Amino acid sequence: MKTRKLLNELLPDLLLMLISAACLLPFLILLSSSLSSNASVIRKGYSLLPVDIDLEAYRYLFGYASGILHALTVSLFVTAAGTAVSLAVTAMAAYPLSRKGLPFRRFFTVYILITMLFNGGMVPTYLIYTQLFHIRNSILALIVPNLLFNGFQMMIMRTFFAASIPEELTEAARMDGAGEIRIFLSVVLGLAKPVFVTVGLMQAVAYWNDWFNSLLYIDRTELMSLQAVLNQMISNVKFLSSLSGSGMGQAAMQAQASLPGTTIRMAIASVGVLPFMLVYPFCQKYLVKGITIGAVKG
Amino acid sequence: MRHKKRYVPLLLMMAPGLLYLLINNYLPMFGLVIAFKKINYSEGILAGIWKGPWVGFDNFRYLFRTKDALLITRNTICYNLVFIAVNTVCAIGLAVLLKDVKNRFISRFCQSAVLFPNFISMVIVSYLVLAFLNTESGFLNKTILPLLGKPGVQWYSTPGYWPFILVLVNLWKNAGMQCMIYLAAVLGIDPQFYEAASLDGAGRFKQLCHITLPAIKPVIVMMLVLSVGKIFYSDFGLFYQVPLDSGILYDVTGTIDTYVFRSLIRLNDVGMSAAAGFYQSFAGLVLVLGSNLLIRRLDKESALF
Repeated sequence: MKTRKLLNELLPDLLLMLISAACLLPFLILLSSSLSSNASVIRKGYSLLPVDIDLEAYRYLFGYASGILHALTVSLFVTAAGTAVSLAVTAMAAYPLSRKGLPFRRFFTVYILITMLFNGGMVPTYLIYTQLFHIRNSILALIVPNLLFNGFQMMIMRTFFAASIPEELTEAARMDGAGEIRIFLSVVLGLAKPVFVTVGLMQAVAYWNDWFNSLLYIDRTELMSLQAVLNQMISNVKFLSSLSGSGMGQAAMQAQASLPGTTIRMAIASVGVLPFMLVYPFCQKYLVKGITIGAVKG
Repeated sequence: MRHKKRYVPLLLMMAPGLLYLLINNYLPMFGLVIAFKKINYSEGILAGIWKGPWVGFDNFRYLFRTKDALLITRNTICYNLVFIAVNTVCAIGLAVLLKDVKNRFISRFCQSAVLFPNFISMVIVSYLVLAFLNTESGFLNKTILPLLGKPGVQWYSTPGYWPFILVLVNLWKNAGMQCMIYLAAVLGIDPQFYEAASLDGAGRFKQLCHITLPAIKPVIVMMLVLSVGKIFYSDFGLFYQVPLDSGILYDVTGTIDTYVFRSLIRLNDVGMSAAAGFYQSFAGLVLVLGSNLLIRRLDKESALF
């Protein structure tokens, strides 16, 4: 009886630890294989813990020849610039909409809402960006399409402004002779830090993780972000495995030659995860907030 | 009038965002007409669309004559239904477990762990899956299956396993986020209900059925209706990256989104992919309107419009 009760108490804890371990297991394998020697990975396969620890992959990665440092720079630039512009555009749209007296407020709300519900899909979007705006192979292609501004984050900010910036405060600033822009810059933005952190983090994660825009619009090596490089390497893996058995053609030889070893691939993937893994404990709270607020309306 | 004038700077502030939506969202909506046109490529693509002749439903007839249309529709809808069922059950189960845990460290650690995959890009997910499923060196073929005394499997060329793999990967990636939403709802329940129930001798399972589930029912219904509205859309990364775009698997991994992408980029068939895209947008529109109608019936306050 007593053991049963104890089991009843401990079972949920145990179950949760097991679930957590299962969620993190793939990352452990990723990191371990990036730290193992290439030969051991080929011989024994991927494993939970590193086998004959070898930093060769990372040494190669951070050497000049790999081009990974360049890709990392592209990723960091796109993430920083994209998040900054996106926050500015979002805040500038959200604040006026949070003001009750704004003329045509209903029209603007519906205008934004429609974009949250329907979309024209990939083909027209692709044609407009490539044929009308010619952003193929420019850094703008990594920042602008589909990522810069969206209704959900605008709604999160608008709700925050409406709830936490009292009308009396803006009214008082106006009495003191401040114009609307001045009020926005000095009063509103000063109070907006929490929502900026939440929305900014969501945007930063989206930019850091984006590979789809690179896939559609970029084929110049110098504009490849880390995710794009990873994507290109895995397409070479696909290409090779589709040829296996049918003998190696010249194209396959080329793909083979340009494809780094398994541990290097895993090291690059680790570099894609690690920065986020390091900041995650500090920003988890804000990200959860974004998820739960976003779910209420959306 | 002077009263309205002070809003002019505010209206100007909104201009960049509104202009962006015009370019990124509204222009493509007009672009949906491509599905009803034949493009005259000699004029360049944009002018070719503008001047190209209207062909009515020819592109659609072409699309629906292949077996692809049925296949991608079936896959998109069936996967979504299974995803909704599996993820909802697991997310609620996890939220309930998390609510009862007394050890704060375990609770926080577990929340971080289940949520983490949500923030990883699908490209990296495809590397993680490859580490498990690689034929020569994967964790399953080299470590797990030999332990069980079973021979290795050619995962990327055996369609039969993929429905399970995709459901599992999707669960791993998305359940954490849904769990957070349900957890927020569960934590909002007044603890007095549980105390009273315990005094009356209700066990954990009874408490779940009679207190927790009824209390979070509105949240569950809302999440379900919202996911049904998105049933014609699929996570492109999941269906394209994770199976490594393997041709042998197209029958079980092809969805409308991967089909549109492949016809556009691989086959350069703008008409057909536009038709498939239009079909998706239209079905999606009907479902969004339908599910919003349903929400309004259930709970007027939560309706989107």
